[in-house]
Amino acid sequence: MTDQTLPLEKSAPIKPKLSRDDWVMRIFVLGIGLWLVVTILMPLYAMLSKAVQNKDGVFIGLQNFTEYFSTPALFNSISNSFFIAGISTVLTISLASVFAFILCRSTIPGKAVFKGIALLPLLAPSILPGISFVYLFGQQGVLKFVLGDYSIYGPIGVVMGEVFYTFPHALMILIAAFSIADARLFEAAVVLRTSRIRTFFTVTLPGIKYGLISAIFVVFTLVITDFGIPKVIGGQYNVLATDIYRQVIGQQNFEMGAVVSVVLLFPAFLAFAVDRFVQRKQVAMLTARAVPYEPKPHAVLNRIFFIYCCLIGIMIVGIIGMAAYASFVTFWPYNMALSLNNYDFDLMDGGGWDAFYNSLEMAAYVAVFGTTIIFTGAYMVEKSKGFKFMRGLIQFFCMIPMAVPGMVLGLAYIFFFNHPDNPLGIIYGTLPILVIVTIAHFYTVSHLTAMTALKQMDPEFETVSASLKVPFVRTFLKVTVPVCLPAILDISIYLFVNAMTTVSAVIFLYSSDTSLASIAALNMDDAGDVAPAAAMCMVIVATSASVRVLHALLTRGIARKSQAWRAR
Amino acid sequence: MMKSIILKSVLSSVAGVFVASAFAGAASAASELTVYTAVEAEDLKKYAKNFNKDHPDIKIKWVRDSTGIITAKLLAEKNNPQADIVWGLAATSLMLLGEEGMLEAYSPKGLEKLDPKFRDSANPTKWTGMDAWVASICFNTVEAGKAGLPIPTSWKDLTKPVYKNQVIMPNPNSSGTGFLDVSSWLQLFGEDGGWEYMDGLHKNIARYTHSGSKPCKLAAAGEIPIGISFAFRGAKSKAKGAPLEIVIPTEGVGWDMEATAILKGSKNMAAAKTLADWSITKQANEMYNEGYAVVAYPGVAKPVKHFPPQVASAMIQNDFAWAASNRKRILSKWQKRYDSKSDPK
Repeated sequence: MTDQTLPLEKSAPIKPKLSRDDWVMRIFVLGIGLWLVVTILMPLYAMLSKAVQNKDGVFIGLQNFTEYFSTPALFNSISNSFFIAGISTVLTISLASVFAFILCRSTIPGKAVFKGIALLPLLAPSILPGISFVYLFGQQGVLKFVLGDYSIYGPIGVVMGEVFYTFPHALMILIAAFSIADARLFEAAVVLRTSRIRTFFTVTLPGIKYGLISAIFVVFTLVITDFGIPKVIGGQYNVLATDIYRQVIGQQNFEMGAVVSVVLLFPAFLAFAVDRFVQRKQVAMLTARAVPYEPKPHAVLNRIFFIYCCLIGIMIVGIIGMAAYASFVTFWPYNMALSLNNYDFDLMDGGGWDAFYNSLEMAAYVAVFGTTIIFTGAYMVEKSKGFKFMRGLIQFFCMIPMAVPGMVLGLAYIFFFNHPDNPLGIIYGTLPILVIVTIAHFYTVSHLTAMTALKQMDPEFETVSASLKVPFVRTFLKVTVPVCLPAILDISIYLFVNAMTTVSAVIFLYSSDTSLASIAALNMDDAGDVAPAAAMCMVIVATSASVRVLHALLTRGIARKSQAWRAR
Repeated sequence: MMKSIILKSVLSSVAGVFVASAFAGAASAASELTVYTAVEAEDLKKYAKNFNKDHPDIKIKWVRDSTGIITAKLLAEKNNPQADIVWGLAATSLMLLGEEGMLEAYSPKGLEKLDPKFRDSANPTKWTGMDAWVASICFNTVEAGKAGLPIPTSWKDLTKPVYKNQVIMPNPNSSGTGFLDVSSWLQLFGEDGGWEYMDGLHKNIARYTHSGSKPCKLAAAGEIPIGISFAFRGAKSKAKGAPLEIVIPTEGVGWDMEATAILKGSKNMAAAKTLADWSITKQANEMYNEGYAVVAYPGVAKPVKHFPPQVASAMIQNDFAWAASNRKRILSKWQKRYDSKSDPK
C-alpha cells in the first residue's frame, strides 16, 4: 500500500490500483474544491474582473492600473501599509510566541486564565479598540500623557490596535504548534546535556517552524487587509485598505476598488509560495511512537513567565475594561454619571436586541458548518494520496480569503449571488448567505490551524490503517478527530466569535430580517452614539465569553477522554 | 458504513441550509416593501408608524446603513435590484443611480406643492426631496475656551493662524459630506478662490476623517475644538449634552437633501408609488421637520431645537449638476493637493 506515495506519473506502468478509499477521498477533495470555487473564487472573479473593465463593463486592459499607479498618493499607501504590517507583525509575533511558549511548555499557575484573557480580543468587535483608545489616549483620554506629544490618531494608534486585534490570531496558531511535542527529543537533549538555549534552537524552534511561519503570514495579511482600525484611529494615515474604502464607499468606484484589491492579493501569493516551500521541509513532529511532552517546573523562569503573562493580561483587560466603563458613562467626558441607559438597545435601534439574536443564530451555524467543512477539507488536502495538483490548488484557494478585505468579499457576493442568472440567488438576503460568507471570510486561519494540527500527526497512522484495511473514515473519526480535538474546538470557537464580531463582509449582505449585533454597534458609533456602541460591544464580548466558558465545561469531559493518550 | 453516514449527514445539512433559505425567500408577502434608507436608525420606527397610520396594509422592511454603504449596495445590485424604493438617501446618490438608469420615472401625487429646489427637474421626476442636510461647523465651547480660541463666524475665519491644527474635516474622497463642503467652496469662492481657500484651510486641518459625521462627533467628545460636519449631527449631539455651538458660516453653506426614489423593476410598484406619494405629503414633511430644520414642503418648517434658525437662508444655490459632472476632476485635484500629506502631527 505504501507504494502509492510514489509519484504517479513516473510509475505509470505499475500504477497501483486505486482503492475504494482513494476514490472516496478524491470525491471529498473535489467536493471541498467545488465549495471553495463557489463561495470564494467565483464571487471574487465577479468583483476583481472589474479591475480590467470600465464603468460600463467593457474590457479595457490595464488602463485602470495605469491610472491608479500614476496617482502619487498610492505610493504612500503602499509604503504605509507595509510599514504598519511589518511593525505590527514583528511585535505581535514576538509577544505571542513567548506567550504561547509559556502556556504550552511551562508550569506556571493559571494558564487557563491567561489563555482565556489572551483570546479576549477575538471576542471584541473591531470598533472596540478604536473606541477604547480614544478614551484612553485621545485628547480627553485618561492616559494621554503616556504618548506625550504624539497623537494616537495615526500610525501609533493603528499599530497598537492591530497588535491587540491580531494577537489572539497568532496565539491560536502558535499554541497549536507548541502543544504537540515529542518528549523523547527533550529527554534526549537532557541526556546529552544540551543547554536549555541550545535545546530551544535545535528542538523547540524547528518543531514550531511551520506554525510560526503560518502565524507570521496570517498576522501580516490580517493587518494589511484590515480597514476597521485605520479607519477609526488612523486619522489621515492612508493605507491600501482605506484606499479601497475611499474608492468603493466614498466614490462608488468599484473598478478602482477592484484594482486596489488586486494589489492586496500579492501578500497572499507570497504567503502561499512560502507555505509551499516550508511545507516541503516539514517533518511530522508527532510520530506514532511519540511521547507527549510534560513541562517540568523551573522556579526562576516561572516567575518571569508569570509576570510576563500578567503584563499582557493587564493590557488586554485594560483595553476592554475601558470600553466597558465607557459603556456605563452617560456622556463622555461632560457627563460622567454612570447609568444603564446605553444598554437599552430597543430605544437605540440599529436592530435592537433582535439583531443580537440573529447574530447568535448565525454564529452557531457558522461554528457547526464551518468547522465540519474546514476540518474535513484540511484533512483531505493533507492526508489523501496522489491528486497532487488538485490538492495544491485547494491549498492555494484556502489562502485567498485571508488576503481579501471583508468589504471586497461582501461586494463580490452581491455581484455573484445577486446576478439574475445565478440559481444560487435564492439565498441572497437570507441568513444562509451570511453564514456562507462568514465561513469563507475566516477560512484561512481555521484551515491553517487544522493543517498545523494535522501536519504534526505521523502519516503512519493512515498507512497502518490502510494496511489493516480500516476505511479511512474510521481512522479519521477514531484517531484523527480525537487527537486533533483541541484544534477542532479552537476552530469552532474561533468561527463562532468571529461570526459574532464580523462587520466588513456582512454589512453589504444583511437584510431587514437579518440585521446583526456587530453592525448595530458600528451604526450606533457612526450615529454618534459611542457609549451604546460600546455597550453593544460589551454584550457581544460577554456572550462570546460565556459561550467559550460553556464550551470549555461541556467539552472538558470529552477532551479528557480523547486526550488520555497524552498522559503517560 | 461510517462514511455513508458522514456523507449523508453533511449532504443533508447542506441541503437543509438551502431549503431553509428557499422558504425564507418564499415567505415574503406581496404587501411588503423593501425600503433602503440612510435615515438615522432611531427615526425609522417613527417613519414606518406614521406611514402605516394612513396605509396599514403596506409593511415596510427597512435596510438601513450609512449613505456610502447603501449607495454602493444599490449600485452593486444593479443587475437584480432588491429594493423597491429608496426613502431617505442623498439626492446626489440618487442622481448617480438615475444616470445608471436604475430609477423609475414617476411623479408622486402632489408634486407641484413642493419647493422646486427639492425635486428632480425632469418630468416625470425620478426623485423627490424630503429635507435638507446642511453643512455647518461644530464648535466645542469648553475645549475652545481651554485653548483660547474665538468662535469662528465664517468659512474664511477658519483659515486664520489661531486655528492651526484645531480643525477636522471629512476627506471628500471618502465622504459625501466632505465633497459637499468642497463643492460649495468652489461655488462660493469661484474655482481659483475656492482652491486658494482650501490651501489656507489645509494648514489648519489637524486631520481628515473618513466619515462625514465624525468631525462633529469628535468635537462633541472634546477630541478637537472645531469639526466641519453637518448641522443635523451637531444638533443631535447638543441635545445629548455636548457643549457645542453650531456655526452657520456667513458666506453660506453647502447642502444636499434626503430624497425618495422608486427602483425600476420593483415587483411591488403599486405599493412603492403609494409610499412615494405619501413621502411628499404635508404630514410626512411635518415628521421630517422634527429632526431637520429645512424640509421640501414650503410653509411647514418650524424651528428645530438646537438648530441655528438662519439655516434656510444660508443655503447656497447648489448646482448639483455641476457638482456631479465635475466630481471626478475635483476629487483627483483635491487628492493631489492635500491627500499626500501622510504624516499626522
